[in-house]
Amino acid sequence: MSDASIALNRFGLGARPGEDAGNDPRKWLAGQIAAFDPRPQAIASQIPSTQVARNLADFYERQRLLRLENPGPRRRAVSPAKPAAAQPAMAEGAMMQDMQATQPAPTMQPAAKPLYQGEDAAMLARREARRQQQQAYVGMVSARALTAINSPTPFAERLVHFWANHFAVSADKLELVGLSGTMEFEAIRPHVMGKFGDMLNAVERHPAMLLYLDQAVSIGPNSPAAQRQRGRRGGLNENLAREIMELHTLGVRSVYTQADVTEFARAMTGFTVAGIGRARGAGGLDGEPGSFVFADRLHEPGTRTILGKQWAGQGEEQAAAVLGHLATHPATAKHIATKLARHFASDDPPAPLVARLEKAFLSSKGDLPTVYRALIASPECWAPKPAKFKSPWEWSISAMRTLGTQQLQPNAVNGLMGQLGQPVWKPGSPAGWDDVAGAWAGPDAVMRRVEAAERMAQRTKNLIDARQRAAELFPDALSPATAQSIARAESPGQGLALMLVSPEFMRR
Amino acid sequence: MTALSRRNFVALGASTVFASSFGARMAFARAATNRRFVFIIQRGAADGLHTVAPVGDPAYAGQRGSLAEDFATAPRLDDMFALHPSMKNIHALYGAKQALFLHAVASPYRDRSHFDGQNVLETGGTSAYQLKDGWLNRLLTLLPADDKAIALAATVPMALRGAVEVASYAPSGLPDASDDLLARVSQMYQGDAQLHGIWEQATATRMLTSDLASDNGRNAAATGDLAAKMLAAENGSRIAMIETGGWDTHAGQKGRLAGQLNGLDQMVGALQKGLGPLWSDTVVLVATEFGRTVKVNGTQGTDHGTASCAMLMGGAVNGGRVIADWPGLADAALYENRDLKPTLGLDTVIGSTLSAHFGLMPQTAARKLFPEVQMARPLQDLVRG
Repeated sequence: MSDASIALNRFGLGARPGEDAGNDPRKWLAGQIAAFDPRPQAIASQIPSTQVARNLADFYERQRLLRLENPGPRRRAVSPAKPAAAQPAMAEGAMMQDMQATQPAPTMQPAAKPLYQGEDAAMLARREARRQQQQAYVGMVSARALTAINSPTPFAERLVHFWANHFAVSADKLELVGLSGTMEFEAIRPHVMGKFGDMLNAVERHPAMLLYLDQAVSIGPNSPAAQRQRGRRGGLNENLAREIMELHTLGVRSVYTQADVTEFARAMTGFTVAGIGRARGAGGLDGEPGSFVFADRLHEPGTRTILGKQWAGQGEEQAAAVLGHLATHPATAKHIATKLARHFASDDPPAPLVARLEKAFLSSKGDLPTVYRALIASPECWAPKPAKFKSPWEWSISAMRTLGTQQLQPNAVNGLMGQLGQPVWKPGSPAGWDDVAGAWAGPDAVMRRVEAAERMAQRTKNLIDARQRAAELFPDALSPATAQSIARAESPGQGLALMLVSPEFMRR
Repeated sequence: MTALSRRNFVALGASTVFASSFGARMAFARAATNRRFVFIIQRGAADGLHTVAPVGDPAYAGQRGSLAEDFATAPRLDDMFALHPSMKNIHALYGAKQALFLHAVASPYRDRSHFDGQNVLETGGTSAYQLKDGWLNRLLTLLPADDKAIALAATVPMALRGAVEVASYAPSGLPDASDDLLARVSQMYQGDAQLHGIWEQATATRMLTSDLASDNGRNAAATGDLAAKMLAAENGSRIAMIETGGWDTHAGQKGRLAGQLNGLDQMVGALQKGLGPLWSDTVVLVATEFGRTVKVNGTQGTDHGTASCAMLMGGAVNGGRVIADWPGLADAALYENRDLKPTLGLDTVIGSTLSAHFGLMPQTAARKLFPEVQMARPLQDLVRG
């Protein structure tokens, strides 16, 4: 690949018609750091997490009232500690697509039988709530795709996608369907060109993360709330604390122990969400539904020992101080450097590149633009051989950029990503999607791209000349075999389909 | 385009492929086996104590709290263990001596990361990322060359990755691409080693599934049924791997596991039904990366633990038993004061099962499948000869 082709495809997301990387591809990339728009129109027009949360809160309230009106034989009328919908909603809509696309796992919800009068109304309310959340989700998926397709700063958009996958949430539970996208828009985008520690802080306080990894329901065993509720539900949940250390900061098998995880989980108690989710059971949290609250009475009192240090701080300050420490820890620098190197240079990250990025991270105290500049300046990222097999998302966005797509049918991208095996914000695990070829270069996955390419090309109605597009997209980097295949196609549409699945286009 | 023309094209393409690239291996092929093997992986750390519950352990009720309620009327397997009431098909298999449970089982992995744990489970190493290929792929190198494997997933999971090419299949919602485009793609990939290999597999898989695509794996039973079809076809696979998720029950475990275990039960039921007479030559292994804490956490769930329960099912299984060197659930007996202590290696279970099932020397199989593990003495009589 030429430098221009690498800048457009490996660093960027493919070229829109007429776009090039200029005379100095490195300068073109570095310029995107300042030019990045954290809140473009398509995203600004989506509903914020507070609105998503208000809709959820309304639904829970409706459910509560229905239960009061119709106290069923199986339910205790007075303890709505856990809304039914807080159970993972596995049966309908979004989940089905997810399951179908990623793993043919069982869908496991017993068939609903009307148990008592009034359940029909409850079922209707649930269906309506799902539909509402799904609609918000689909809108945000489209907004994410439109932003990426039309962006003049595709390298910066790629970084947004990188960080959203680093801090992965998965829209599998009802509460997460509408909230997953808002985390990317509200906690990732504003900090992509800032400090890693600021992004970490924003993410770990975002309702999507707090609900996804059960932090919102974690209660200190010796907290005032636990004392008062003795014998009732509630206790420590170490899920988020573990994943912060394992996935978000230090990295697995690094410097922490099980004891550190448990202590950190104790320090984190009190981090919760107002108004929605299972935390409602803890009762009486002030604040707008969906907003972060620190609830003193859920917090485990006392000094904590984490990573060999004593953390005396009171209340919210305690966990905030630990997060600050984690954000600039050498193990975090190494973990982040390794992931960035894997994303931009090779499935096997080259050690000198990792060391260089690590140093940039540490010396700048996690200043991300400093790290990005080190990345752009590193020769390992400019190796001429295609370094990476595109994920379904990368492939789809680059295809739509290439075709000059301007508008999207409401469900188009959501449907496509499900079919290609990478539904947006649904990796199914807090580790996010794998960033190696082994995860994507499979027979069925490639066949599906061929099917999708043909369909996308047919929609262009033979108006695009693939020979010319291929030359623009891969300046000085198109192989004779691909050029020949495209040139011999029976129609311009077929030529485009071949270009979209060519070896050059499958990789970056 | 008609289905017929698709099949014609692909059949032609595939036979060419096999003649050119597998010819050498076929010349040395041993007699193909009739034996079938299915690996169902439970991703997310399934709670073995809530699947096959040690209700006869004096500490059980105290340690498990409200989780024990599910087993109040559950069918007993023996003096010690009871089976989760959702697993009706599997309970019937147990009665027919075609289901075997192995408890307090763990891989060599002792930390509590899902992702590292699954890597060890699937590669068969002793630590994460030590081995680059999966034990199921290495098993293929010990079998006759025309014994093929398939993953019921859009991409190939780690256990099946390695030197032997493996197909993957999951029902697609996209319309089929036209035959002409497929042929041109074949041509375009000729010079690209990676894409050429992948494409050969893709077209060969299409041939087998072109009539089955209408069965989309929308639920567990359909997935089991689909796997059975893949395994029953004349030139189909002998080995299949099915991925299931949703086992990470940090909260509200009772309701969630009831649904999960019901799905697993339906999947196994559909496999049995779909395989028909072939079921007598089949072993299904169900295993997870590690177990969960013995005590219930603050949110009516359990956190990441250590030992769990593995299952062997099929007509070839010498079942109707629970095998366990039971470590006990009393506080003093727990691993790191929180988890069920492992007393049996999952590698021993897998190695013993596969060597008996496929007629391999136990030592040869152990060395190939788990090269880093100091293997315990193989378990006898897991599989009928």
